[in-house]
Amino acid sequence: MTRHSFIAQNPAVLWFLLILAVFTIVVTLLSEAYGVAFISTSFVKTLGKTLCLCLVALAMDLIWGYAGILSLGHMAFFAIGGYMVGMWLMYARTEEIVVAALAQGGLPATPEEVRQGIATQIFGVVGASDFPPVWALAHSFWAQMALVVAVPGVLALVFGWLAFRSRVTGVYLSILTQAMTLALALYLFQNDSGLRGNNGLSGLQNLPGLGDVSQDALSVWFFWASAVALGLAYVLLTWVVSGKFGSVIRAIRDDEQRVRFLGYSVEGYKLFVFTLTAVIAAIAGALYYPQAGIINPAELAPIASIYLAVWVAIGGRGRLYGAVIGAAFVSLLSSWFTGGRAPSIPLGFYTINWVDWWLVLLGLSFVAVTLFAPKGIGGLFDLWQGLRSPDRKGAALGPDDSSLQEKEAVK
Amino acid sequence: MRRIILSLAAFLFMALPGLAQDQSATDILNTNRDLIEKPTRAKIAPVIAALAESGVPLAATVLGAWGDKGLGIRKSDGMFFLIEAGADGWKLRDLTGAEAGTAAKGDVLELRPNAGVRGLIATALVQFTLSDPDPAKRADALQSIARDPEAAHLEPLRASIEAEPDPALKAQKTRLEQLLTLRFDPDSAKRVAAIEGFGAELGLDVRGAINPLLATRQIAFAGDLPANTNLARMLDPGTDISDVEAYDLLVGAGMAPARLTVDEARAALLAHIVDGAVAGIPVTDLGIQANRDRAYTALEAAGAVPPAATDAEAAAAIAAHSFAEVYAEPDPAVTTAARAAMDRIDLTVGAMQAADLALDAISLASIYFLAAIGLAITFGVMRVINMAHGEFIMMGAYTGYVVQLFITNYTLSIIVALPLAFAVTFAAGVAMERLVIRHLYKRPLETLLATFGISIALQQIAKNIFGTQARPLTAPAWLDGALTFNDVLSISYIRIAIFVMAMMFLLFFLWLMKRTRLGLEVRAVTQNPSMAASMGINPDRINMLTFGLGSGIAGIAGVAIGLFAKVTSELGSDYIVQSFMTVVVGGVGNIWGTLAGAFLIGTLQKGIEWLNPSNTLAAQTYMILFIILFIQFRPRGIIALKGRAAGD
Amino acid sequence: MTALLEVSGVSVTFDGFRAINNLSFSIGPTELRAIIGPNGAGKTTFMDIVTGKTRPNMGTVIFGEKSISLLSMNEAEIARAGVGRKFQRPTVFEDQTVAENLTMALKAARAPWRVLFWKEGPADRERVQDLAREVGLADQLPRKSGELSHGQKQWLEIGMLLAQEPRLLLVDEPAAGMTLAEREHTTALLVEMARTRAVVVVEHDMEFVRRLNCKVTVLHEGSVLAEGSLDHVTRNQQVIEVYLGRG
Repeated sequence: MTRHSFIAQNPAVLWFLLILAVFTIVVTLLSEAYGVAFISTSFVKTLGKTLCLCLVALAMDLIWGYAGILSLGHMAFFAIGGYMVGMWLMYARTEEIVVAALAQGGLPATPEEVRQGIATQIFGVVGASDFPPVWALAHSFWAQMALVVAVPGVLALVFGWLAFRSRVTGVYLSILTQAMTLALALYLFQNDSGLRGNNGLSGLQNLPGLGDVSQDALSVWFFWASAVALGLAYVLLTWVVSGKFGSVIRAIRDDEQRVRFLGYSVEGYKLFVFTLTAVIAAIAGALYYPQAGIINPAELAPIASIYLAVWVAIGGRGRLYGAVIGAAFVSLLSSWFTGGRAPSIPLGFYTINWVDWWLVLLGLSFVAVTLFAPKGIGGLFDLWQGLRSPDRKGAALGPDDSSLQEKEAVK
Repeated sequence: MRRIILSLAAFLFMALPGLAQDQSATDILNTNRDLIEKPTRAKIAPVIAALAESGVPLAATVLGAWGDKGLGIRKSDGMFFLIEAGADGWKLRDLTGAEAGTAAKGDVLELRPNAGVRGLIATALVQFTLSDPDPAKRADALQSIARDPEAAHLEPLRASIEAEPDPALKAQKTRLEQLLTLRFDPDSAKRVAAIEGFGAELGLDVRGAINPLLATRQIAFAGDLPANTNLARMLDPGTDISDVEAYDLLVGAGMAPARLTVDEARAALLAHIVDGAVAGIPVTDLGIQANRDRAYTALEAAGAVPPAATDAEAAAAIAAHSFAEVYAEPDPAVTTAARAAMDRIDLTVGAMQAADLALDAISLASIYFLAAIGLAITFGVMRVINMAHGEFIMMGAYTGYVVQLFITNYTLSIIVALPLAFAVTFAAGVAMERLVIRHLYKRPLETLLATFGISIALQQIAKNIFGTQARPLTAPAWLDGALTFNDVLSISYIRIAIFVMAMMFLLFFLWLMKRTRLGLEVRAVTQNPSMAASMGINPDRINMLTFGLGSGIAGIAGVAIGLFAKVTSELGSDYIVQSFMTVVVGGVGNIWGTLAGAFLIGTLQKGIEWLNPSNTLAAQTYMILFIILFIQFRPRGIIALKGRAAGD
Repeated sequence: MTALLEVSGVSVTFDGFRAINNLSFSIGPTELRAIIGPNGAGKTTFMDIVTGKTRPNMGTVIFGEKSISLLSMNEAEIARAGVGRKFQRPTVFEDQTVAENLTMALKAARAPWRVLFWKEGPADRERVQDLAREVGLADQLPRKSGELSHGQKQWLEIGMLLAQEPRLLLVDEPAAGMTLAEREHTTALLVEMARTRAVVVVEHDMEFVRRLNCKVTVLHEGSVLAEGSLDHVTRNQQVIEVYLGRG
């Protein structure tokens, strides 16, 4: 066995980065701000958001496809990331408006007046006029950016420690993560949670200090940032899964008891991966919501996290490019269908309107993928490369619930 | 308050000359003619009181007619008549009721008392209606007094008790008399006796009567407590009452100048800008609160702006005064007795509320149990995660709704809907098992995701068929209402029905699993499929039936849940997480565990809701957190299989 | 010679069934020991206790010169302390190559952070190749282990155990499903291994045990029935009853 460089061992990384770069350049050249205005600003935003969804799907693939933990809570971390960045955006943006308004008054505004003004502006909608304690750092960009990583990280650490320590695995863990997500969502729905209840945070598309920059340009900037984050995360995660660490987590997926007898602390690895992916999900959310413009607790609904698993499954779990393809494919297709652009199908007695029937199609095709094509879209690449699944007479590759299935493996 | 003053006024005026008690109704009317023509609530009270005192039957007739706009004055001679609109003009009767001819419309001044005056008249009439020969009218009168008690009612009520022939009404009257006594009797000892007479009775009327006695207000004073105040407790600023509230009290009582608001200070400063500075401080420096204070103080010193309290002055003012909570009721004996009675009542109410909470918890537990029992079968017995379980509940509820479209008799429709819902969801469950789940046994995570796909498809199909609007599933009339034990403790019949249903399911399940061939085979397949197969049991068939059974029960649960919840396409997803929690907390594979899980979760949720009644969202949040922690200590649930049988 | 592993007075109950009953057992640092016993004698449960999979209701398990108690440690900690275990059925990571399986087992830091930054050095590569050669899988390194034959998986697992460099090796029925030649190879390997470490072999096959030529412990109903050389224990009347009396 000879030693290979990282790139040589993982040629997919180069291909991925190349395609991402070309895609980014093409979108830029077609955008309204920096190109021929072929693509509308709102579609640039959609594409940018899609890149963020690809990023969170990467995290999901690491935790589920590689480590075998079907977390139904990663969209909660995604949303928390969005909330953290949204708090700063909303604070700083409101501050600009309040300072401008107070400057009309003849006297320069005192800091107390400014703070009170911001609080009234932001929390008037939930009938409060004081800053809740959770907003203590909202005025500081750097502190709030640190919280984007820290809050989901700590939450994942605490929850993961509790769950993994008591060896909750398989579907139990999935249900527990789902419960955690539901608890968070219900908490945020309350008006006195300090995050504006079901109103959520809004106006996030306006960047403080950049009032002169048009949304056309901003959308492209965020698109770039999302593309860079996705590229970096892809390289990072490829590195994580390609070495011995990757070996260990895949081993945990297939047979965690055996890994314990090798001397690896399975709980430690799970916690590490859970926290790492939570942080990546949060970063994706922090890039996503300024493009979406609004975030509210509905974004945390347990169903969002299940959709995330659906994307990864449709793309093909256990391969990073599969997660990206799945997320991009399903979310773009979904916006095409639900945006009313898909042509209706008249059946004579009934007309299939895709806005109404898209979810039915998605649900059923997802069942079909699970049953007939466990490799998902990624399986097409195996076909192309001539890779076949092993013939194991239906036996999975390990005793655990999360182990790779026969049809998911390659020879 | 106003009413009491009015009554007092009435008593005072009674003693005035010209309104002596022995006058006849006619005399009183004539004496006060001007007042009666243009009555005002304030001035007419003594007249009405005097009329009422003048004696039955004339007084009742006159007051009744007056209140009903049936009293008029003939303009020609100023005589009072009972009037009635005739064919042309008025039919007249004199005050004794004898016919007195007719008069043209313009000849008679019709008296039209305003609402306030009519109220006074009605009160005065109470004593007559309380002794009305018609028991229904007497009951009405009692009700109207109970609804809106006044001091003036007390005497007529007392007077009417003795002669009351109906024992039930007599009891009511006695009770009402006691209630009025404890509030309005001038004799403090009587009031105390009345209060104590009720003991710890729970009635809303008793609490409604005693509570106003305990009404307090906050006062501020310098030096000793003002005389004639009935102290409830002293208030210590900073602990019992915030400094801001304390100072507001002082301001409200005119004992201290108002604090300066930021806006007022700002306006004052703006008004005194001279050459870009206020009191010598440049405007550009006024972006700091300390500088603004300095500028204002300087203006204050110059007399340019009104003085305003600074923080230090406010603190000094607070320190110089005492604060107290005093009862509006001046009599300390009464308030002490009322406080004691209220404490006794609160204790009983607390106990009753605990019982009520327990009933609530049990009924919520029944609902969770109903929702979870089907899941306990599919998840617990077969280890199959069915995310579409909630949608089966929804299908059951919609089945009930569709049945009601065709069968309008609600009782009959429910009887039809229950087995039909079972049939529909049983079929759906069997179809799902055959088409999807069969291929995914031993792959619980894939099953979870595949059934989730089915769940979103089913939900959307329901939305497409029935729309997003909530559909009604109406319970039969005999399930309306509630079983009421007292004013605190009650439980609606529908919840009792659901509890009974849950118990029936439990028994049915136990019977099925322990006493039937099917149950035996199901247990055999669950424990060792290959061994069961070699003994001639067809595991495929058993799995299919078990799954169908679990789904069918979900359908029946759907009808039950639909009776009190809104039937929407999201009905199922509202219950799915709780159902999973119930099964997981209870312990997988054991029906008693599911029951215990449902009971724990129901109790917990109601308990937390009771601690924080305004916020059911918070209750659910904390409940889920509790469950996450609970699983730390009992990862296999309340009732866990132990040892090797549990597997890994 | 002080003992490497000292198990004393251990009992385990599953739902009222006493799987291990006041069991005491000890083994020196370089010793080969065979454990025999009928089905249900508690052999596997004994291994579960030593490796931390099952917690005993009472008793002590002491390991090493520092006399650490294994009862307060979890499976991974016990494995790191130097206890290796080979299962009855070969358990390797079937989706990973032989090389990956061996690399994972190599004695090295086990903490997530250290593993993440671990880089394969020339020494590691050489060690993997040596191990593969030792267990006869030198030309199978890039193959996925799921494609190996049953015997090859057994060997791979033994190779992984060697890579772990344990001080105490628990081997559950190593000869099951092996050809005669493979058995001889296995015997030689176990004897060789026992020169530098303690090896406990659980086995049914008397012929195989005889070949090992070591001290034998007979378990019955969760406690030690007899201990000594194979000839010694086979002469023991109780052992004969237990084995022959029940067939």
